[in-house]
Amino acid sequence: MLHTRGNYQDFFGVGAMKITVADVEYVARLARLELTAGEKEQFAGQMDAILGYVEKLKEVNTDGVVPTSHAVPMENAFRADEVRPSIGLHNALANAPDRSGSFFAVPKVIE
Amino acid sequence: MNVFDMTIHELHSALKQKQLSSVEATSAMLERIESVEPQVGSFITVTPEQALAAAAAADKTIAAGECQLLTGIPVAIKDIFLTEGIRTTCGSRILENFIPPYSATSWEKLRDSGAVLLGKLNQDEFAMGSSNESSAYGITRNPWDTSCIPGGSSGGSAAAVAARQALATLGTDTGGSIRQPASHCGCVGLKPTYGRVSRYGVIAYASSLDQVGPLTRDVADCAAMLGAIAGHDPKDSTSVETAVPDYRATLARGVKGLKIGLPKEYFIDGLDPDVQKAMEAAIDTYRRLGAEIIEVSLPHTDYAVATYYLIATAEASSNLARYDGVRFGHRAEAGGLLDMYTKSRSEGFGAEVKRRIMLGTYALSSGYYDAYYVKAQKVRTLIMNDFTSAFANVDVMLTPVAPTPAFKIGEKTSDPLQMYLSDIFTIPANLAGTCAMSLPAGFSATGLPIGLQLIGTPFGEETILQAGYAFEQATEWHTRKATI
Repeated sequence: MLHTRGNYQDFFGVGAMKITVADVEYVARLARLELTAGEKEQFAGQMDAILGYVEKLKEVNTDGVVPTSHAVPMENAFRADEVRPSIGLHNALANAPDRSGSFFAVPKVIE
Repeated sequence: MNVFDMTIHELHSALKQKQLSSVEATSAMLERIESVEPQVGSFITVTPEQALAAAAAADKTIAAGECQLLTGIPVAIKDIFLTEGIRTTCGSRILENFIPPYSATSWEKLRDSGAVLLGKLNQDEFAMGSSNESSAYGITRNPWDTSCIPGGSSGGSAAAVAARQALATLGTDTGGSIRQPASHCGCVGLKPTYGRVSRYGVIAYASSLDQVGPLTRDVADCAAMLGAIAGHDPKDSTSVETAVPDYRATLARGVKGLKIGLPKEYFIDGLDPDVQKAMEAAIDTYRRLGAEIIEVSLPHTDYAVATYYLIATAEASSNLARYDGVRFGHRAEAGGLLDMYTKSRSEGFGAEVKRRIMLGTYALSSGYYDAYYVKAQKVRTLIMNDFTSAFANVDVMLTPVAPTPAFKIGEKTSDPLQMYLSDIFTIPANLAGTCAMSLPAGFSATGLPIGLQLIGTPFGEETILQAGYAFEQATEWHTRKATI
């Protein structure tokens, strides 16, 4: 069962740090990870310590500061829209765990 | 002199004067790898057949009188660089059988300069780590003391240079992953300015921070390697169209009148006394060489680690979403599609990678995005501004690379936060996007190497290389060799 958004907020309560096993389970589902009971326990404690540490950023006044997503100031990088050689079907499929003809095969999505 | 003890420029002279062939040099390196590898563990994959074939081709080039500096020089690269036809694992189980259909631009440029590939080097899984203990292919040991870590994540790249298994190597640096292992292994390591070297074909960890750079035995070799890999690449839209200087030509300019800043926040209590001593000696050396030493301030230094571990993990959680078992990489047996994604990832990723994906997913999740991720991006701006202000008064900054020499294997594996804090002096240059290098500056009482960091202005690689070269000419730390 997924938590609802509301539950999730309640779980964390912004600022109230205490990462529980249930929180770890929720985030693991978002990240498409399956953790053992031992991993969940361990991650809860470790994430709690690390997130507790990063709380120190709250000390910094960032009013009016523009966020940086990229270190080098840059405009859009344009290039000519020309057809160029690509790696081709054979190479693209060479590492496929499973394939069907010229397609990647996956477990059935729709019955 | 043994081939494996040579620098690039020494072997180049020998090849040019036909004292030996590249095939002979490459064979000697392959023997060296075989003999010390059981003690060090620098490599994930050794490629002897390809190496000897490339060396034979280099010998033909040399016979035709076209011996460039890197022609026939045996090198190795981190297993994060895609190499067409050669397995590339990134230190992860999830890519155990991955054979890339194309090569990284940085490796192609090195290869086109004539370099011979000996193999692919060990690393922390997906470049996440500071000790090379998170590799799925076994740990790498420090050649100076095999009970210690070599640093990470380019631990194999540094250990291979220190153990003389390659004349030079390539690594990547997201938060110190070239400089910290270079420091711990007593070699030269340079993280170029973001955008200086193409990231095309480099397996992504944190795309706004990752950068490719060389690890070498001395500064002259570092300049040669950087010159070979730098430059704009149409395949990486974040690489910058700035001309690549001839780094080697200007190495000997000296440091007379050079303004060297000492950021006071980096010289803190709790710095290892041996590291402190090495820094003081280095500062004296620069003073003696005619540099002007000036105290500067980078006031947001204390927030760099927290900022980094939010931004890097957020970017990682997004970048690593591609490993889902569909197109390449490990696929788990599972009934449904969602189950397949989850099981493939859970079986394929190791603990540190999972931990960072979890942290990043948390930082990006609804309700926390602004409080964590955007907040970190804002503090990043303030950290960048610190650098801009400091560089208004100085040409380069001098700092330690790491607060301590190499720590023991297993010492920090159970406490990730302590591991993360060991990156405190290297992370800020990644956040600011600027260039920085590590060079040998002394040894601890127990004989472990200590590195000195020179931080330059964006695209100021020439200046830090000059300053590094001047230091190297005045000291002999870089000539010491691990007894392995």
